[in-house]
Amino acid sequence: MPLINIESIHKTFGKLEVLKGVSLDIAAGEIVVIIGRSGSGKSTLLRCINGLEKVESGKVVVDGTEVSAAKADLRALRQKIGIVFQSFNLFPHLTIEKNVTLAPRVVKKVSPDEAKKAAITALERVQIANKSGAYPSQLSGGQQQRVAIARSLAMSPKIMLFDEITSALDPELVGEVLKVLENLASEGMTMVLVTHEMGFARKVANRVVFMHEGKVWEQGAPETLFKSPKTPELAGFINSVL
Amino acid sequence: MLREFGIDDILLLLTGAKWTVLLSLIAFTGGGLLGLMVAIGRVFGPGPLKFLIECYIRAIQGTPLLGQLFLFYFGFSIFGFDVSAWVAISVAMVFFSSAFLGDSWRGCIEAIPKTQWEAADALGMSFVQKLCYVVLPQAARIAIPSTVGFMAQIVKNTSLAAVVGFVDLLRMGQLVTAATFQPLTVYLVVAFMYFAMCYPLSQWSRILERRYNATHQH
Repeated sequence: MPLINIESIHKTFGKLEVLKGVSLDIAAGEIVVIIGRSGSGKSTLLRCINGLEKVESGKVVVDGTEVSAAKADLRALRQKIGIVFQSFNLFPHLTIEKNVTLAPRVVKKVSPDEAKKAAITALERVQIANKSGAYPSQLSGGQQQRVAIARSLAMSPKIMLFDEITSALDPELVGEVLKVLENLASEGMTMVLVTHEMGFARKVANRVVFMHEGKVWEQGAPETLFKSPKTPELAGFINSVL
Repeated sequence: MLREFGIDDILLLLTGAKWTVLLSLIAFTGGGLLGLMVAIGRVFGPGPLKFLIECYIRAIQGTPLLGQLFLFYFGFSIFGFDVSAWVAISVAMVFFSSAFLGDSWRGCIEAIPKTQWEAADALGMSFVQKLCYVVLPQAARIAIPSTVGFMAQIVKNTSLAAVVGFVDLLRMGQLVTAATFQPLTVYLVVAFMYFAMCYPLSQWSRILERRYNATHQH
């Protein structure tokens, strides 16, 4: 049984069909990178995994819980699935430490002391423990994004989703975030990433999934996929980004 | 039988001022609590509730406070409730404040980006947790200037209560003027007392804004 099981899901926004029957299985410990042109449905697919987007048909099962069920306990599920967004979405009114301790304290009812300890550990993992008293606005984009990762990690998730998390960053700040991702990958975290960083995809992914027009167009190990694309769409995409 | 304006008159005016302060506090506390419910109901409530709240806000914002005071004062007795001017005025002021604060706070809540809700969602927070820990604290920050400004408005608006026989600061000023026939002196003192109540509010607003902006600039 895969950790994430997606079966022919469909999703439309108004008249636009964004996902046209996507199926994908992801095993525990796997690192899957989703690539594709903008509008191909990759972010929507990612957001269906933790129920931020509701699917119209098909099934999403994560760790034995059906996300797409009408009565799914999304709150319980989301404690197991961390997500990091392109625009960080830190809480601007809270310090870095409080950003990280908030959910463990109020959602998991962890004691303040324990939450603080966990926060420091999480912030150390993303190498930013020295900023715990600062506010998000006082940090650079790269630092904010690393805090956002720590905020998710503090909930001890089984799966981490990353939605184009380096796309809003200045080029010189991308490296520090990718490094944190590499560390996480080496620790055996199950990760699903939507990214435009092809070099990173090549280096870290176990599997690359190419999405095109709302479908999984092609997938496979990064080396084979990048070196010998089977479809002209993937070949065209690789040419345009490399 | 005119007398000189003296220390006794100042004490009288201070008695009036006391009722002004008290009525303002009632209007603000009651109006604030009800206003928060109005704001939350307006943003998150089911369709019919939203519509009712919208009507409530429009009705109160679209009629003069003076008219509302009369309505409550005489309305209570028409329906057989024998209530004092105090109660009628307090109730009217609370409704009046709740509509204005509720509508302004609704705007503040809606100003918080959807992505903040989403981030809280993704961490498994419940609706109440999202509201209390993420959205309302940020909305409160935006609400400071308009809310404190409205508090000063309430202080001044309480003077309308004189029309139904409530002796507040301004009404007391009229009474003292009648006894001393020194309108200029009396009303200058009255004006100063209103100023002394409202000025600290605007200063307080500035302090609050500065405190928040120092650490939370985007």
